[in-house]
Amino acid sequence: MSGITVYKDKCIGCALCEKACPFAAITIVDKKAVIDLDKCTLCGACVEACQKFRAIDIVRETTRTPDIEKYKGIWVFAEQRKGVIQSVAYELLGKARELADKLKVPVACVLIGSNVKDKAQDLIYRGADKVYVIDNPKLEHLLDEPYARIMANLIRKYRPEAILCPATAMGRSVISRVAVQLRVGLTADCTGLDVNLDERYLLQTRPAFGGNIMATILSKYHRPQLATVRHKVMKEAVPDPKRKGEIEVVNFDNSFFASRAKILNVVDEVMTTINITEANVIVSGGRAMGGPAAFKMLEDLAKVLNGAVGASRAAIDEGWMPYSHQVGQTGKTVCPNVYIACGISGQIQHLVGMQSSDIIIAINRDPSAPIFNVANYGIVGDLFTVVPLLTKRFKEVL
Amino acid sequence: MNIIVCIKQVPDTTEVRIDPVTKNLVRDGVKSIVNPFDMYAIEEGVRLREKHGGKVTVITMGPPQAEAVLREAISLGCDDAVLISDRAFAGSDTLATCYTLSKAIEKIKDYDLVICGKQAIDGDTAQVGPGVASTLDIPQITYVRKIEEIKDNNITAERATEEGYEVVQTKMPCLITVVKEINTPRLPSLKGKMKAKSAVITVWKAADINADESRLGLKGSPTEVWKIFTPPPRPKGRIFEGDPQESVNQLVELLKDLNH
Repeated sequence: MSGITVYKDKCIGCALCEKACPFAAITIVDKKAVIDLDKCTLCGACVEACQKFRAIDIVRETTRTPDIEKYKGIWVFAEQRKGVIQSVAYELLGKARELADKLKVPVACVLIGSNVKDKAQDLIYRGADKVYVIDNPKLEHLLDEPYARIMANLIRKYRPEAILCPATAMGRSVISRVAVQLRVGLTADCTGLDVNLDERYLLQTRPAFGGNIMATILSKYHRPQLATVRHKVMKEAVPDPKRKGEIEVVNFDNSFFASRAKILNVVDEVMTTINITEANVIVSGGRAMGGPAAFKMLEDLAKVLNGAVGASRAAIDEGWMPYSHQVGQTGKTVCPNVYIACGISGQIQHLVGMQSSDIIIAINRDPSAPIFNVANYGIVGDLFTVVPLLTKRFKEVL
Repeated sequence: MNIIVCIKQVPDTTEVRIDPVTKNLVRDGVKSIVNPFDMYAIEEGVRLREKHGGKVTVITMGPPQAEAVLREAISLGCDDAVLISDRAFAGSDTLATCYTLSKAIEKIKDYDLVICGKQAIDGDTAQVGPGVASTLDIPQITYVRKIEEIKDNNITAERATEEGYEVVQTKMPCLITVVKEINTPRLPSLKGKMKAKSAVITVWKAADINADESRLGLKGSPTEVWKIFTPPPRPKGRIFEGDPQESVNQLVELLKDLNH
């Protein structure tokens, strides 16, 4: 029977588990841990906390993928938009190559689209041993149903052990359907990936609880192991024009391309030229910007740094910038090389959306603003003075 | 038009923190709330009913105390509420959750549209919406920022993408996930609050939704948490105060050295 057990003979009532439980489901009664089963989600944090005494155990009976050892190789879902392979695919390819070399297995990419066949070679230069190309005019638009159907079919046929997929709007929508169709595990939004060489598990690390906690997730008994990976976290694979690989065009009959949803129109509307989830530099403004006009100043700075403009929820809710520019819990999660926060106090809801940026620069009048706690560099001052000076200075040195 | 809204009770994650000294999880006083994105799903469901008639049924899967979020949804205008709650569901990952919710939706049977928030703030996976659609074998439109039209059993909606949006049309029944842009949720009315207080919440256990036990809870969950740890703290930053020009010069100098 699956479930959680406290071994009373081993429990000393140290309360480490009580402190570790994210759901307040454990209390210590008469020096023994007691678990409130209505609150417990069997997350395993207490088992981890009790490694010294091994007094808590979670037993899981689970099904297994048959012939699990026959699943070999790492795949990357090479997302393309309008026939252009997205840079996130190259980032995943870099990571896939590293993991595959550890496991001594090949890397393959799946490239689905219309008129994309000639793009496959670039995936080989960047580390793929094989590229499965599904090229059909009916696949011009990124439609969830046919893409998921094709992926699931290829997986059943070729049996990879792990698949990395971009954590984009498209990637998340398609791969969630694939996971359900194959009844396998899917870990969303990974920021770290590694393998356990003995058991060949993919160790999938992701932020939880808004980035306050990191969790490493495993899918021990099911193959393939599916993971979506955040953009800008892994390093892009460098092309090597001498690399050799095989391109296999896989044909499907028309039934695979059927979609109940159809796309009537595609509209690009990003105000600045760069989409914030892909930008290397983001200049963001908050409530202290005072109005939409001040964002022009941030655009100037962003332009010099070849970056994009973001905004806090406060600025979005005032209508100063469109929602697609919102950084934070109810907006986008970004991790650029440099994040410049101008007049943003640093509420936790904002921090969870940008605290994994490499370098954070804060400009704020209030020296006690929480944004300074996460900033690598900070300038205490009026942003209306500091930002133009910064723009000017960068112009001089860059 | 019959609408099902799926919601989740989540800890207000912004209050979950690591104690810097003891490295323990600080969860004292952390409230449970309706997942913020689900508030937009509730509002959109209620607005569609106001326009097209029909009924909004709100469902959640969770422990008995998750009943609170259903009452809140009723105070905001939902008509019926179902709590899907059973010890057998504990330990569910997204796959088992998709299955359980789908079985409950199948039991409700007569529906045109399922609405979910784009993701929950505790897990942030954005997987359950598309997963439920796939389990039910209905089409989906994820990240909906505007419903343009519902006519002749077709729904046309704007779907937010990284670059802008797409206009997508599909047949109902279908599932949509919604983003914040879609509406501004109302506050509960006094009448709504009174209705919520006296509402009878239906509770369904595993047996009530005719679920295959091997696909529920831990047993039906391929993924498991292996390790939980705190992210490394950010190094203490260098803060410049004083003359702005001087601060800017020093900062740019430091950044230049970092080669950015």
